[in-house]
Amino acid sequence: MLAEIGQISLIVALLIAVLQSVMPMLGAQKNDPRLMAIGDRAATAQFLCVATAFACLTAVFVGSDFSVKLAAQHSHSQKPLLYKFSGVWGNHEGSMLLWVLILSVYGALVPMFGKNLPTTLKARALSVQGMISVGFLAFILFTSNPFLRLNPVPLDGQGLNPILQDPGLAFHPPLLYLGYVGFSMAFSFSVAALIEGRVDAVWARWLRPWVLLAWSFLTAGITLGSVWAYYELGWGGWWMWDPVENVSFLPWLVGTALLHSILVLGKRHSMANWTVLLGITAFSLSLIGTFVVRSGVLTSVHSFAVDPARGVFILILLALATGGALTLYAVRSHTLRTGPSFGLVSKEGGLVLNNILLIVATTTVFLGTFYPLLVEAFSDSKISVGAPYFDQTFAPIMLLLIGFMGIGPLLSWRTDSIIAHKKHFVFACVLMVIITSLTFFFGKSILGALSIALAAYLAFGTLVAFGRKLKFGQVSLAQSMKLLRHQSGSAFGFFFAHMGMAIAMVGITAMSVWGAENAGVLKIGESLKVASYEYKLETIDAGRRDNFEYLQAGVAVSKDGELLSTLTTERRFYPIRNMVTSEAGIRVRQSANLYVGIGEGNQNDGWIIRAYYHPYVCWIWIGALFMAFAGFISLADSRLRFTVREPAPATAIPSAAE
Amino acid sequence: MKIIHAIFILFSLLVSGSALAQSSTEAELEARAREVGQSLRCVVCQNQSIEESDAVLAEDMRRLVRKRLEAGDSNADVINFMQDRYGDFVLLKPPVQTNTYLLWFGPFILLFGMLFWFVRKTRKRSETSPVIPPLDDEEKQRLERLLGDEQ
Amino acid sequence: MKMKTILPLVLFAVLVGFLAFGLTRNPATIDSVLIDTPFPEFELTDLYDPDQVVTKADLTGEIVLVNVFGSWCVACVQEHPKLVELSNTANIKIVGVDWRDTRENGMAWLKKYGDPYHRVVFDADSLLAIDLGITGAPESYLVDKQGDIRYKHVGIITDQVWDDILAPIVVQLRTE
Repeated sequence: MLAEIGQISLIVALLIAVLQSVMPMLGAQKNDPRLMAIGDRAATAQFLCVATAFACLTAVFVGSDFSVKLAAQHSHSQKPLLYKFSGVWGNHEGSMLLWVLILSVYGALVPMFGKNLPTTLKARALSVQGMISVGFLAFILFTSNPFLRLNPVPLDGQGLNPILQDPGLAFHPPLLYLGYVGFSMAFSFSVAALIEGRVDAVWARWLRPWVLLAWSFLTAGITLGSVWAYYELGWGGWWMWDPVENVSFLPWLVGTALLHSILVLGKRHSMANWTVLLGITAFSLSLIGTFVVRSGVLTSVHSFAVDPARGVFILILLALATGGALTLYAVRSHTLRTGPSFGLVSKEGGLVLNNILLIVATTTVFLGTFYPLLVEAFSDSKISVGAPYFDQTFAPIMLLLIGFMGIGPLLSWRTDSIIAHKKHFVFACVLMVIITSLTFFFGKSILGALSIALAAYLAFGTLVAFGRKLKFGQVSLAQSMKLLRHQSGSAFGFFFAHMGMAIAMVGITAMSVWGAENAGVLKIGESLKVASYEYKLETIDAGRRDNFEYLQAGVAVSKDGELLSTLTTERRFYPIRNMVTSEAGIRVRQSANLYVGIGEGNQNDGWIIRAYYHPYVCWIWIGALFMAFAGFISLADSRLRFTVREPAPATAIPSAAE
Repeated sequence: MKIIHAIFILFSLLVSGSALAQSSTEAELEARAREVGQSLRCVVCQNQSIEESDAVLAEDMRRLVRKRLEAGDSNADVINFMQDRYGDFVLLKPPVQTNTYLLWFGPFILLFGMLFWFVRKTRKRSETSPVIPPLDDEEKQRLERLLGDEQ
Repeated sequence: MKMKTILPLVLFAVLVGFLAFGLTRNPATIDSVLIDTPFPEFELTDLYDPDQVVTKADLTGEIVLVNVFGSWCVACVQEHPKLVELSNTANIKIVGVDWRDTRENGMAWLKKYGDPYHRVVFDADSLLAIDLGITGAPESYLVDKQGDIRYKHVGIITDQVWDDILAPIVVQLRTE
């Protein structure tokens, strides 16, 4: 019964979405408020239907109804409750339903929060949002129906893919999709603005919180994915430039650029065209990501089961959505007025530079991800693009970006000069020289020392920029504290995001410069040396537990003869799935993680033991979480802006459509 | 040709091998093996280096890498050895050659192109419109409307 | 409409073209770079006799089908009847490479499913396999009289693969 209710809800949702994509658009063209009002109601109704469908599927999984094919394939009655829930999206069909659910949530939030939006803009944006829903609901119903029945009904399900039997699955995909799909708002409002021929400060200020929301979720989602890969895949990689990771990173990079350009648009009315283009691009890259993960064009350790038919469908959706939006851009973008001019050295200039560097970084990741496909298309040869490529192209661009991040926020709007910041540069240089020498003295790596110094320079620049907002040093401390309390959320957002970047950079540098590893075939009692740590294989244990066979190693880690910890690592074999997974043993500390994994082996030859020393690796994730947190803080502020405190500067008024 | 090549390799092995034998300790060799291993793709598992992979073939490839290094091969020799058998596909760092120019230089060309465009644009702008033109009446009205909207 | 505003659309169209192309390809297969190069030199032992050394000279001199298999390999079980059939019907020398196996398992497996091979090379440590650019089993190579690799097939040799691809190449190699 539940499956049928879910199925019908989805069909109704599709019909409502069709209504939502046609009526408000018509209404906006004819300026008919009644037609436009349909958009609001349709968005809410569509959400309710999709939510019902999703609830039904969840109930099917939790209730272990194996007459539904999807549950039979991906669930199991003996599974812990958490995995019954998260198992709903641990497969292609269910995760698509989650995708559409989140899309409809964002759609439903428009009427809730958009009461003071221009009615035609809102109607058109809702219509575009409806069109995306139509595409993906049709995709689910025609190629990936989660509610198909199975006959005869199996006694039990096949269980969830063992790699996914982890709390990470409960949080990583929902957060990631909240980010990915959240950019649909930027897309819909960009398209709507192009149709209206009008992109102005109101538009920018209204859109910014949505971009912030999506960006913060995406940041959190990617971070969580990185942590998960780190402990699950068994060799301590926190980022491996895998295609599927890259395609989640692409919208993040463009989203970051968008966050900054929208700031210029909201405050200074410049960069209207560019912002609209970024809005379209961010969501298009999300769609490309969805395509890559589900079509198998690129191989990856994370892909879902490959089905070219689904790939064709998503590719057509992508071509229609992005192709349509970019055609509109080609035809209409000249109607958007350009804002007031600004100097090369100015806050606007700094933000343009930020955008240039982020777009170049995006291009690098994009090329690295898709280049193998390009080479194949033009020749018979095949190439791989792995981490070494990104280390040599992406990393220098990011270093350049960080170099500018240390000064950009100090610049003033419109026009500024480098000379005016002489004092800051002198301080920064002294600081960098000190940090470089100190780090070099302890770390013995000039590259590492310079990189840490750059992070310190970024932190310093961020502190100074924030300090100036508090008039630190100019007024009494008490007054500064008072100013601190009155700072806007976005000022705090800036502070935490840029600080997070500096923190993450320390972690990344430490990991790549001072991280150490060793591997060997050990018998009980033998040991490995990694950095100044000794990893000694103490116990080996094998047996069966739950639904897997395990091989467990106890490894004692000591430094200078003093025992620090005994780590337990497992290699698990799941006979039902014929799959092997590994569970690393990790001693987590802020200053360094000690990490050990076990590979194959036997009594006679010994077992493969891989041991790692990961200095400051946690800083990478702490820094990234700072950024996500910063986005949410900033959001609290932008929401208040709907009731506007700060009037738009009276320099220029956008729009020339009328 | 192949035979000459093989003899040449063998010869260089003998020469470099004896030279290296004195200098390279076991730890250095291991470090080099890891460096080489990290630049070779595990061809069966997709997108992992042979150092990171648990696949059996990766294990054999790791062993072969160490064996060849012990025999005195340079890092580049070992990488070439694998490349001769598995093609460019086995290299995680694609070689700089005609079909990868776009990959290697594309980002930097784009960077300089965009920087050039930006510098020129801000120059031109500041020459042509040093002052922001004041609002005309229609714009003033729109401003008031907009501010009204926001409240 | 300015050039600048059309550019994103053009770039996107090119991208969609590539992605569409990508759908028609299987990213997991690798074309061998070894085609038209000499079969690698090796020195291994016979599966049945650890003392008997097998080298390249033992295999070449006529047209050979070299088949890499292993008792652990599930797909090889499916492929095997075809090889047995070929050893009886087709006039071609088939040489096996028992890859990453133990002698006992390899011999037991061949006893169970039949031994179509003229010789079986025992390669427990992937020495020959890596020289052949192996990515999985089964994989098969056609080697000509001069000892050059002329074709590589990844995966199972089915009736169709033999009739449509391999047999015509063998015929062509004979005429050379």
